[in-house]
Amino acid sequence: MTETVAIAQPRPSLADLRRRSAEARGLIVAAVHKAGAGHLGGPLSATDLLVALYFDALNVDPERPRWDERDRFILSKGHSSIGLYAVLALRGYFPVAELDTFDQIDSRLQGHPDMSKLPGLDMSTGSLGQGLSPGVGMALGARLKGASFRTWVMLGDGELQEGQIWEAAFVAARYELDSVTAIVDCNGLPQFGWPETGGFTRERSFDDPGAKFAAFGWHVVECDGHDHGAIRDAFAAAVAHKGQPTCIVAQTVKGKGVSFMERDFNWHAKVPTDDHLATALAEIEAIRAQPGEEG
Amino acid sequence: MSASPTVTAPVALRPIDDRPEVPMRDAWGKGLVALAAEYPELVVLDGDLANSTRADLFAAAVPDRFFELGIAEQNMVGMAAGLATVGYVPWISTFAAFLAKRALDQIRVVVAQPGLNVKLCGSYSGILTGKTGKTHQSVEDLAVFRAMPGVATIAPADAIELRSAMRAMMETLGPVYLRLTRDPSPTIFPDDYAFRLGAGVLLCDGEDVALISTGVQTVRALDAADLLAADGIAATVLHLPTIKPLDTAAVVAAAERTGAVVTAEDHSIIGGLGGAVAEALAETRPTPMRRVGWRDTYGESGPNDALLEKYGLTAAHVAAAAREVLGAGRPAS
Ligand SMILES: Cc1ncc(C[n+]2csc(CCOP(=O)(O)OP(=O)(O)O)c2C)c(N)n1
Repeated sequence: MTETVAIAQPRPSLADLRRRSAEARGLIVAAVHKAGAGHLGGPLSATDLLVALYFDALNVDPERPRWDERDRFILSKGHSSIGLYAVLALRGYFPVAELDTFDQIDSRLQGHPDMSKLPGLDMSTGSLGQGLSPGVGMALGARLKGASFRTWVMLGDGELQEGQIWEAAFVAARYELDSVTAIVDCNGLPQFGWPETGGFTRERSFDDPGAKFAAFGWHVVECDGHDHGAIRDAFAAAVAHKGQPTCIVAQTVKGKGVSFMERDFNWHAKVPTDDHLATALAEIEAIRAQPGEEG
Repeated sequence: MSASPTVTAPVALRPIDDRPEVPMRDAWGKGLVALAAEYPELVVLDGDLANSTRADLFAAAVPDRFFELGIAEQNMVGMAAGLATVGYVPWISTFAAFLAKRALDQIRVVVAQPGLNVKLCGSYSGILTGKTGKTHQSVEDLAVFRAMPGVATIAPADAIELRSAMRAMMETLGPVYLRLTRDPSPTIFPDDYAFRLGAGVLLCDGEDVALISTGVQTVRALDAADLLAADGIAATVLHLPTIKPLDTAAVVAAAERTGAVVTAEDHSIIGGLGGAVAEALAETRPTPMRRVGWRDTYGESGPNDALLEKYGLTAAHVAAAAREVLGAGRPAS
């Protein structure tokens, strides 16, 4: 798409992406266990999307994290930082061993992403609702400069309750900024949610985000956020669409990949015990080792 | 951010019969147009107030670098951060009251914490906001930005100082808050005056009392010095166009010379200039003090003169505070 392509590596197969996802999930659970803090449900629901971005879609170069022409990525749901860090480490931005410093004093891997500490982060986030606006600003800047980079912003479905998201959505459509893509990690559960009596299943945190983005003038694509083939197609549709920004509503499962964390809001931010960790890593390894058809 | 060396001799002011009244907002709009010619990376983002803030002067002159982002201040700040990361220098056009509070968390997280090069311009600051009342008056913006790590905070006294300060803002990498006013106020500085970030400006060098002021209140502090002179009281007038970084050396020098300090600002006496000066002196040279400004209250709509009178912001109020602090005497040594 762009003239200054940095992706030197061959395009990964869908099976490669699936294996990367499993690796990342293992690193996420281990890092939160080691740190004794951090979030799990959101990072695990976002893992496949993050892997697809960094291993497949983004035009980036880990050797040159501040390269002017790079595609930008903003993790607006900044509490899922460990998901992004795991993927950045696997992609070669920093050694995987550095994940051990997550949330420790003097670490570049802050609880929420801090662009002033870690090269490779395109925006600081953590206060929900704020990431789309800088992304729209970057897309406007790209247009002004005549640059061809794209900007991707990942939002949580709960985060969509913040009014600033809709301020940004309105302006992006008004300026027809088709180089910005919002990805909604639609896992249905925020931190506490709308309480429901009994059990862990709660009402969706935000109904039909696609219809709302469409009403604001966005091009909307829906996909299964854990199916690398579907994600690849959705990303391609976003890149191909002209004249409107695209919102990808990715249906996901909070805590995906670890059976006892899935769909349980209590695992939004909970530290696994040693036993939890062992079970989780065994489940993730079983998924990683699955043969799975090449794609 | 470190303070520049302190000015020690009073700077020359314009002759008293050559102090044209200019609205600072007009000077701001023209200043942007002038800077745009030199700085291709300068862009202006407006929150549907361009014909109030006078960003409309820029919109007319440089339409391709003017962006109307509508009545959505939080998004405007976020977009400014995004533009700054790709090399632009966004100047934000809205009212101080909305910028400092409606978009405060946005300024904190995506501008101040990452130290991005965004110029935060709060127009219609203080009490004189064109009969709009307490929702539009900005009583605590200096306190807010002064407490925020990494944000330089500037309140020029007149159009000449503003023009020079705007250039300094372009030459300073990082976030700056610029406090602007709506209505015409006298131009006190000569055309060749140069603002220096972090430097206090000595305007009168009297030995009895120090009037330390910021923004357009400096004009009233000068008038107060005249009122005091008629009583045989010689006042120092120290203008602090930069609230942060504060020129502590200049404040201490003024306190040492006079032994009595009055601060004057069109802002709450809590947390703004008065707060900053009190904090600086308490830690270095405790000095009897009075603070003239809003006394922990919200305002109302009304004619300018009536507002200044009711809320205690006139030159006579500054002079009265000076007499009071002198009457209260100095601590026994
Ligand atoms: C402005 C703001 N309010 C509250 C929080 C606390 N918080 C962190 S994560 C979260 C829930 C987020 O839900 P969602 O966006 O759906 O993310 P996910 O389910 O993917 O973790 C909340 C309320 C915050 N970080 N920022």
